[in-house]
Parts: sequence; C-alpha cells; structure tokens
Amino acid sequence: MSAEAKVEPQRRRFAVDLHVIGPLLALFALVILGMSLNDQFLSAGNVTNVLARSAFIGVIAVGATFVITIGGLDLSVGSMSAFLAGVTIIVLNSLIPVAGGGWGTILLGMIACLLLGLGAGLLNGILITKGRIEAFIVTLGTLGIFRSLVVWLADGGTLSLDFNLREVYRPVYYGGLAGIAWPIIVFALVAIIGEIVMRRTAYGRHCAAIGSNEQVARYSAIHVDRVRLATYMLQGLLVGIATVMYVPRLGSASSTTGILWELEAIAAVIIGGTVLKGGFGRVWGTVVGVVILSLIDNILNLTDLVSPYLNGAIQGVIIILAVVLQRGRKGA
Amino acid sequence: MPTERPTPILEARGVTKSFGPIEVLHGVDFALRPGEVHALVGENGAGKSTLMKCLAGYQPVSGGEIVLKGEPVSFPDSEAAEKAGVVLIHQEFNLAEQLSAEENVFLGRELKRGFFLDRKAMRARAESLLRELATPVDTRLPVSRLSVSQKQMVEIAKALVREARVLIMDEPTAVLTGREAEVLFDQIERLKADGVAILYTSHKLDEIARIADEVTVLRDGSLVANAPAAEMNPNRMAELMVGRELSDLFPEKLADRSPDVVLSVRGFSVPGYVETASFDLHRGEILGFAGLVGAGRTELMEGIMGLRPASGTIGRNGETVRIRDPKEATRRGLAYLTEDRKGRGLLLKYGLRENLTLLGLDRFSGIFVDEKAEEEALDAAIRRFDIRAGSRTMAVGNLSGGNQQKLLLAKTMLVEPEIVILDEPTRGIDIGTKQQIYAFINELAREGRSVIVISSEMTEVIGLCDRVIVMRSGRIAGEVSGAEITEEAIVRRAMGLEAKQRMEMAGEAVHVG
Repeated sequence: MSAEAKVEPQRRRFAVDLHVIGPLLALFALVILGMSLNDQFLSAGNVTNVLARSAFIGVIAVGATFVITIGGLDLSVGSMSAFLAGVTIIVLNSLIPVAGGGWGTILLGMIACLLLGLGAGLLNGILITKGRIEAFIVTLGTLGIFRSLVVWLADGGTLSLDFNLREVYRPVYYGGLAGIAWPIIVFALVAIIGEIVMRRTAYGRHCAAIGSNEQVARYSAIHVDRVRLATYMLQGLLVGIATVMYVPRLGSASSTTGILWELEAIAAVIIGGTVLKGGFGRVWGTVVGVVILSLIDNILNLTDLVSPYLNGAIQGVIIILAVVLQRGRKGA
Repeated sequence: MPTERPTPILEARGVTKSFGPIEVLHGVDFALRPGEVHALVGENGAGKSTLMKCLAGYQPVSGGEIVLKGEPVSFPDSEAAEKAGVVLIHQEFNLAEQLSAEENVFLGRELKRGFFLDRKAMRARAESLLRELATPVDTRLPVSRLSVSQKQMVEIAKALVREARVLIMDEPTAVLTGREAEVLFDQIERLKADGVAILYTSHKLDEIARIADEVTVLRDGSLVANAPAAEMNPNRMAELMVGRELSDLFPEKLADRSPDVVLSVRGFSVPGYVETASFDLHRGEILGFAGLVGAGRTELMEGIMGLRPASGTIGRNGETVRIRDPKEATRRGLAYLTEDRKGRGLLLKYGLRENLTLLGLDRFSGIFVDEKAEEEALDAAIRRFDIRAGSRTMAVGNLSGGNQQKLLLAKTMLVEPEIVILDEPTRGIDIGTKQQIYAFINELAREGRSVIVISSEMTEVIGLCDRVIVMRSGRIAGEVSGAEITEEAIVRRAMGLEAKQRMEMAGEAVHVG
C-alpha cells in the first residue's frame, strides 16, 4: 500500500485509464475478431443468441458485483438457481389443477420463484451476519445444500414443466418487445438500475465503504450488518429473476442446471474491474465482462480456429489477465 | 557532553531527494555518533521521514551521499542497511501479529541447528533480551496479544538481534503513555552506554530536550538548525520548526460555564474495560479524559456511542435515552472522532469527498446522492479546517497526518453534533497543526457545543480543558477542574495515589462544580 503512495501522478492517471478502458478494449477486439472470422457474427440472429444466453449469468453477475463490492462472496448462486427452477416447476405443475393452465398460474410461479430467491439470499445473509461465519464457508455450504435439494426433488432425474404450460410460458424466453428478446431487455434494465444504485445512491456508497474498510464504515454510523444482509438478499432476488427467465428456455431442472454459474458470474465481475477484495464495484464493467465471456464461447463455436473444448482455458487466461491489470487500483 | 566526541558512524552529506520533479530534501547534512542520541524534529512534511528512509536504505538518495564509518555507501535496500547495522523502527510496527514474540525477534534471522530451527536457543535469547529491556513477557505469546509498548520493545529486541549499531526511531513514544515512555528512555540510555547511535524523532519537544544530545531541525526539506541539545529548549525548537513565533499554543479558556447538563452518564459499564463510570457534561464545556493507555477511556466513549456492548444509563438534556448503535448516537447529537484515523476513521483509498460525507451521507441523499452538494460541503470544509491536499480526488491515505486529522474532524462536524467526543485529536501531528486543532476545539465550545477530549498528552489536557476526569483501570479515579488541573494532580489520580478522591467519586457521586 505504501508503495502505491510513491507512484507519480502521471503514471497513476495512465494506470487508472487502463483500468477503465481495458475491458472495453478487450470487448472491441473480440468483436473485430469475430467479424473477421465469420460474416454471420454480427447478424441479428447471432447477436440475439449471444446476448439472450448471457442474460442469466448477467443478471446474477450484477448481484455478484454488489456482493463482491462489500467484500463478500456468493458461491451458491448456480445451485440456488437450479433449486429455484426445480421448486418453481413443482409449484407450477401443482397449481394447474387449482389455478388452471394460463398466465395466472405462471405469474404465481414467478412470484414464488422470486420470493424463494429472496429467502435463499436471506438464509445466506443471516448466516454470514448474525452467525458470523465467513461468506466463503456459508455459501460453499449452501451451494452443496441447494444442489443436493434439487437432485432430491428430481429424485435423481429431471423435473419437467407440464407440456401445455411450457407453451404458455415459452414467450418469456423466446418472445420479445420490438424485436428484442425479453431476457435482453430484463438484463439491460437490471444492469442500468444496478449501475445507478451503485454509483448514485447512499446504499452503493455504503457497499463500497464496507468493502473498503468495515471498521471505518461501522464508525461512520453505517448499519454494516443490515447493508450486508440486504446485499445477499439482492443477490437472491436477482438469481430469482434469472431463474424466471431460465425455466421457459428448457422447461426443466436437473442436477446439471446452473452448474458453474457462480464461477462465470465471479469471473465476469472481476474482468469488469470490480476489486475482488471489495471496496470498489463497477456494474457496467460486469456487463462487459459477461459479454466478453459469451463472445469467446460464441467465436469458438462459429469458427474452427481453436477447439471449443478449450473455451474454459481461454476464459481462465482472461480472468488471470484481468486481475493482473487490476493491480494498484483504488478501493481495496 | 564530553569535549571530544566520537566520530560519526553514519552520515548524510548534502543529501537531496526528489520524487519526480519535486525535490523534498535540499542538501541536508546529518551525522549520527556512537553513544549519542541525535533528535530530528520538524513539522509533518518537513522531510524527516524521507531523510530517515534514505539513511536506512528504504529509498535511494537523489544527490549527495550516505557515509558509513567514513566510507560512502549506497544501500540497495533496507535489508542491506540492516546487515550493516542500520535499523529503522517504524512508527507502525513491522511485526507479524500472529507470530510469537520470539519468532518475531528472530524473523529472517532464525537460529538453526542443522536443518531445523533451534527453538530453545531462540527462546532463551529472546527472553533474556526482553528481560534486559524491562519487558518480561511470555515470548511464546503471539504479538497481537502484547500491549503497544511491549510491541515496541519486541521491535527493539529485533533490532538488537540484528546487532544494530544505528537505531532510527520514528516517533517511538507517539503511542506510549508517560510511564511506558519512561521505560523506553531508560532503555535508550542503556543502548547509548553500549555505544549505539540513535536517531530519534518525536513531536513531543519536551521529551527531546530531555533525552537528546544533539538536535537538528528541518523545515520544508532544508536544515534550519543543528545544535547541541543543551543549547535548545522546546520553545526554540517549535519556533524553528514553524518558522514563526508560536505565541500561545492553546487558545484562552472560556471564563464561565453553563450549568446545563447536556449529557449525564450513570453507572456505565463496558464489560472487560469499564466499570460503573458516572459523569456529567455541560453545555459549552471542554471536558478532558486523562489516564494511562488501557485505562478504559476509549472503550467508555465507544460504549456511549453504541460501538460496544455496554450497560448503564445515559441522560441527554435530562431525558434518559438508549443508544444501540452509532446511528442513534448521531441522531442524539453525539459524534465520535476515533483515535485510529487510518484504521477506523478514513477510507484511505478514497478521495476527500467520499470520506467527508460518509458519516453524514443522509444529509446529501434522497433517492440519489447529491454530488454537487457534496462538493460544496467539501469546499466549505477545506476552507474552514484549512485542509491542504494536492487534489480533491487524491487518495486520502496520501495526505499528511495533520491533513487527515483535519479531514476527519470535518467529517465528524458535518453531522453538526452538539456533543463532540475527540479521541487523541492531535496524535502524531505537528505542532503547527496542533495549534490549529486546539483553536477549532475552542471554537466549538464557543459555539455552545460540548467537547470531550481524550488525550494522553498532559500539556494538552491541561492547556485545553475546563475540567478533567482521570480514569484508572476502568474506573473514574478522580476529577480536577479550573486551577487544580496540574500535571501532578492528574498523575496522582491516574496512578491511584489519591485513594481518598476515589472514595468520593465512587458510586453515584455527583461532580462538584
């Protein structure tokens, strides 16, 4: 830390600029690369496909941005999503005899999913704040619990949504407004609201303060535990929103639903320039990070330059590079 | 002082140091002689730390040379300097908190027997060293369990294991109480007798007059005076440091005090730290809290502010209130300035604006935070508290200690508290800034606010406060006011020599006006 104090002003400014534009440059480079490799790359179909598929991770990653900014971590989001999807499908199926097979049922199912997400976030948050247990340990535990519950609910197989209901629900993923798919619209709204909350509200400022130095936050009359609890609940709610959009895509939930989403979400957050140790968060960066990750996947699938099996390796390299570039930034 | 002085062991000759285009040391000469204490004084930012770091190999010089035993040297790093016997003891200790005292003493210099660590030998040596330093602690305890003064002695033991011939001490007494400082001074005498050369810095000028053999004063990176300590006195040093005459360090005390009690604390206990403390605070009063470090002063105030679990009653303007957390304390018109400005007061990596408004952020936010209003508040704070920063967006960790403290004071005052509790408000800051802070405190009292000042600096308590409460081992041991406020009266109570006074204060004692 003291080494940083000696950095000269000019160099410092340059470094900060690189932090800001780094992810954007990477995104730009990927787009150019994609365009030069495949002329279908920028077609409406492909762009929609890339963005819609990144919407789940994207919505979750916006929540993860807040969690990481307060100096926390939520490893349970992937399992949580699978668990929420499973329960939502059960709720929907069992509501058919009572509420019929129309939109009313679907709406009830969505509400159940969101409430359950809030509840799951509350559970994580209570264990972390009141239980005084490390976020890493708590969410590693709930990761196992949620995953195991969905396997148990599905009796080791797959939970499937009623076929007729699936047809009604389908437009939530496949439909759209003015030619833009719903998941993309929802992702954009969540991201914009998230960015504003992070940048412009007292809550956002408190998140950064807590992640930067919890003691300073406490001595500055900030309700540290309340803010943390709210943040884990926000994460739960956003997992709920992602799941509401995910269920109609496949209409099923199984032991493999949402697997490794937590890592993709955390990776997107870090690529976007949020400080892993907390204290500084950037929602728009996370959005860029999410798009970068799905573009890599997309480019590998569209071309035969490198085997798509190497996708994970390339993402890994990018994450490590992002952290190297983060050195010496403010907040932590 | 003997007429024939030993030849210098370590010297700076015409040393300059630049950071980028800015030169912060302008050709300074400085010599350390075996068996002598050479004090280096100056305001914050005068270049003391830079000179010390150049001498101890932490930073290369930009011009001039460092001379060790007559030979020009250039230490590539602090490790090389340590090998040559030059050790710098940082103000914020460089100890591994989780390791034991003995492990710290031998860190990087572990004794080995064959392939394995020779724990027995290290323990024996660490124990004997610390015993010689009048700090008989269990060397197996982790350093985190030791007191500040004990940590300091561990640092010194660590330096001795490295066979230090030159010890550079950066404000060693800043965090020590008077009694702990005495122990340190005894040890310094002992080290001198062993022929160790000591560079000593402190903002406490009376201390320097006492222990130094030679004094060098720096101002704005230049040497302004070098003289035998016998020819110096604290006033002269202060004037040389500031470059102007320091008339009265303390503003004039207010003549009369309002009888209104704004805060009354009764039977207040903080488990493990404070037992049944009771006191009153009047409107417009500056009330001092004196006592040894660890007497429970900070814990008492943190208990009142809802920062620690506590029991007892708090009356606010005659009404009994419950304060469960700092937010409620703020709502009740109380504000607390922590003694730990870097660990608890400021977000060091953030800029001035974010730090200024963190406590009072409610005042700047409806749905959104009004950044324009924040900027205006920062303008006002910079003017009122004379905060000097290179830029408003610079990380506050890079501000000087004095400016950090002024910013912290501005942050605390932004919630317009009626009662301000200041914990060690001038720790580690230079005399010019101290004078400013004393003036601010006095101004607050004149505005009709009530101020509690916790201070381990006797002159501060005496010069500033209308009334002083002395704490000892978690209890209120006595109270003095007006002309009774003398160093002797306070020390007697802090040491428990005034048993009679304690009896009077026990239980539901009311203070005498």
